[in-house]
Amino acid sequence: MPNMCPNKTPIPEQDPNVRNKNFDEVATGYTEEMALSEAARCLNCKNPQCVTSCPVNIRIPEFIAQVVKGDYEEAYKVITMSSSLPAVCGRVCPQETQCESKCVRGIKGESVGIGRLERFVADYHMKHAAEAPSKPAQNGHKVAVIGSGPSGLTCAGSLAKKGYEVTVFEAFHTAGGVLMYGIPEFRLPKEIVQKEIAELKALGVDIRTNMVMGKVMSVDELLESGYEAVFVGTGAGLPNFMNMEGEGLIGVYSANEFLTRINLMKAYKDEYDTPIIRPKNVAVVGGGNVAMDAARSALRLGAENVYIVYRRSEEEMPARNEEIHHAKEEGVNFKLLRNPVRVIGDDSGKVVGLECVEMELGEPDASGRRRPKAKEGSNFTLDVDAVIIAIGNAPNPLIRSTTPGLEANAKGCIVVNEETMETTKKGVYAGGDAVTGAATVIKAMGAGRRAAESIDSWLSGKTE
Amino acid sequence: MYKILEKVSLNPSMTKMAVEAPLIAKKAKPGQFIIYRVDEFGERVPLTIADTDAERGSVTIIYQKVGASTMLLDTLGEGDYILDFVGPLGVPTELEGYKKVAVIGGGAGCAIAYPQAKALHKMGTAVDVIAGFRNTELIILEDEMKAVSDNLFVMTDDGSNGNKGFVTNALEDNIKNGAGYDLVIAIGPVPMMKAVCGLTKQYGIKTIVSMNPIMIDGTGMCGGCRLTVGGKTKFACVDGPDFDGHEVDFDELMKRNVMYRPAEQAAREKNCRLIRKAEVDQNA
Repeated sequence: MPNMCPNKTPIPEQDPNVRNKNFDEVATGYTEEMALSEAARCLNCKNPQCVTSCPVNIRIPEFIAQVVKGDYEEAYKVITMSSSLPAVCGRVCPQETQCESKCVRGIKGESVGIGRLERFVADYHMKHAAEAPSKPAQNGHKVAVIGSGPSGLTCAGSLAKKGYEVTVFEAFHTAGGVLMYGIPEFRLPKEIVQKEIAELKALGVDIRTNMVMGKVMSVDELLESGYEAVFVGTGAGLPNFMNMEGEGLIGVYSANEFLTRINLMKAYKDEYDTPIIRPKNVAVVGGGNVAMDAARSALRLGAENVYIVYRRSEEEMPARNEEIHHAKEEGVNFKLLRNPVRVIGDDSGKVVGLECVEMELGEPDASGRRRPKAKEGSNFTLDVDAVIIAIGNAPNPLIRSTTPGLEANAKGCIVVNEETMETTKKGVYAGGDAVTGAATVIKAMGAGRRAAESIDSWLSGKTE
Repeated sequence: MYKILEKVSLNPSMTKMAVEAPLIAKKAKPGQFIIYRVDEFGERVPLTIADTDAERGSVTIIYQKVGASTMLLDTLGEGDYILDFVGPLGVPTELEGYKKVAVIGGGAGCAIAYPQAKALHKMGTAVDVIAGFRNTELIILEDEMKAVSDNLFVMTDDGSNGNKGFVTNALEDNIKNGAGYDLVIAIGPVPMMKAVCGLTKQYGIKTIVSMNPIMIDGTGMCGGCRLTVGGKTKFACVDGPDFDGHEVDFDELMKRNVMYRPAEQAAREKNCRLIRKAEVDQNA
């Protein structure tokens, strides 16, 4: 019998006033009992809309049916047929705008907690799986993947499962891309990311860190050295600034730098040498997930007042609802319809304030969101000692500027055929933020998977 | 892991190290840099490449023991391994098309000025090297710089090598004596580069400076190494490290470079304790 409760089974979370002082994961995850109760809310629709609105088309009702039966390993197998990183997606996907947005249970109540169930299954597997997956039989083809973020790892995993010899090249000293340097520990424990990567290694994926492709080796050199195809998943790593006065002051960070110092370089742990300014009052500029991550990280570093400064209203905020909700619970102060105009510094070049202006919404712009306009004479100053700029990133130019024949658009995004992810250069595919500009983990994974499929159909056609 | 093939002390505070990194050695050009990380807990530190040996597959770095991370690096010896060593990063220096170049190095900056002079000399360009040090004890690479220059001027702040003065004194003398430089490359402490640029601006001589600011990734990702050049924000890691010295906002740069000084001091003290502990363990 389905569980007809209109609400999702709540997921246990650390108390907001406890968790805003530590970096441990916010949500502690379903118990088996909770998972069974939530899984029973799925009606197993004949024509499941959740599957079509998942960027990698996970067979959601099928895996949930296995949860209902208590066969969690089987549920895991169903998920991994479509997704290479289930423990990650269960935590960071914007389910409310994807799978869960189309759930029939959502019409008269809350949708099934698909993300929570996915996380439960993935965590169960990590805790109980007896052995790592074995390496499939090799098909003799070699593929190179540049970048070990969500798109690169997914592409690598999908190809490795089909028997390709895959080498992943990563510029940083640790694989994982934005999952390691960007998304904080309290939202996505790094141990989980590394376990997912260990699964890929067990499938035979070779990961080479400290390799800045385009510098130490070019795409052409990869193609000449025996790799038959190259997937470029280099992400959107170039931080945008406001280009306002005072952005060079001490205490102004890009969100990338602030988060990398904390997440990848572990500045919050004493045993690491990484320096970071521990500000008392912080303004974070922007309204996306990265802005929420930076604001909540600042609280955890001991900041007393953390402001989100966003030029539109909450309705237009691109962040996931859950992140906004969590940030508010933890005490982040939202300054909406406010835009910074300059950073104010003292004689030693340190930040002492952020001058802002009030905004109002006018007519909708090209994005469909109402265009914010400054209110004349409404300037005011926030007393802060740090400003974190989280207004998006542009794609990294290292590959496109060193690869003749690889076309990019005016924004620097690599041009691809959106169905096959082929670029304008033969044998070279691309996906993720390098193609779309900053987007989500799951969209990048979808692109990595599509690229893997077209690389496979191209290379397997070559042998026949 | 990257093996240390050679370690030579150049003076009481500076050390030369050749590290096995064949792929980088093959690709690196003058002006480019590497980032190293000694161990899991260490910082990522950028250092400009001092020399490469493609045959041996090695990259030479020269570092000054000033902070926790260089002190930590210095605890390693020949045969030991560095955890991470990545490069070549940054844009190589544009050296083509000049007739006579003054290459100026200040202190540890000579380590980076040397490969520039070497490359220019190899291309057949006339090269004067002007090197400045605080005192004669600290002079490094004198023979090497002599070998790749038409004229070498070694200056000391205190005159202890018999040649008292700053690099700017030697530069101005040469210019006044009709040296006819069409390019000046200045690498060293920010105040020195600022002073050189102030001088060359008066004489209208193009001047390239090499930046070594605080950074994490070295690939454009963090934006920590940003500086203002000609009124625009540039990233030293991907747009540089070389910039037109007449356009750089040196004052902003000097402030940014001391951002972590209190934290660095704390780290140095922490590291000193580690080193002392290691010594105690060794003697026990």
